[in-house]
Amino acid sequence: MGPGAPPLSVGIDLVQLSRIQESMATFGDRFLRRVFTEGEIAYATSTPALAPARLAARFAAKEATVKALDLAERGVGWREIEVTRSPSGAPRLVLHGAARAAAVEAGDPSLSLSLSHEGDYATAVVISARREHP
Amino acid sequence: MIDRIRKILKEHGRLNKDAAVYPEDGDLYQAGMTSHASVNVMLALEGEFDIEFPDHMLKRSVFESMGSMRDAITQLTSSS
Repeated sequence: MGPGAPPLSVGIDLVQLSRIQESMATFGDRFLRRVFTEGEIAYATSTPALAPARLAARFAAKEATVKALDLAERGVGWREIEVTRSPSGAPRLVLHGAARAAAVEAGDPSLSLSLSHEGDYATAVVISARREHP
Repeated sequence: MIDRIRKILKEHGRLNKDAAVYPEDGDLYQAGMTSHASVNVMLALEGEFDIEFPDHMLKRSVFESMGSMRDAITQLTSSS
């Protein structure tokens, strides 16, 4: 995403909760710590019954961000894309490291995130909007 | 090394093709590997080869084929 990038770009991802649970069963903490930040893990596991859905939705959010910002070849770690929550509880994206650098390079677009889950699936949509610089 | 990668792909790659015979340079994402499956493959490769992929190597192209994974593993094992 360079200076010629479109004013709006979108990314979407769909993740199966049971696959995330399988990863946790197979790789344990290695999977969790590699993919999620401490804050994400703390929030997701604060309500054990909701942890699989929250983790799956956050995984989807990271992948949707990679798509929206075209980061697949940037060498971005999973934890460099973090989902936090606003005071109202709405999810927000915070970028770190190589992800942050790539966003700044692309004009530091405004990012919007929406999460949803139902049954065994969680999904995330990210919209990246170029800021106007009059 | 490719045989060990094939074994891991068979177990973790969730391919819709047979990992045992899939071309070494065939696109694994085209063969059904999801981004989540690629994380499992990465973690399994790390365990199998006693390596750790640094963040800057977490690119789609690194996990795109068995050949590209072999090249990355070779790079990581020769520099340690």
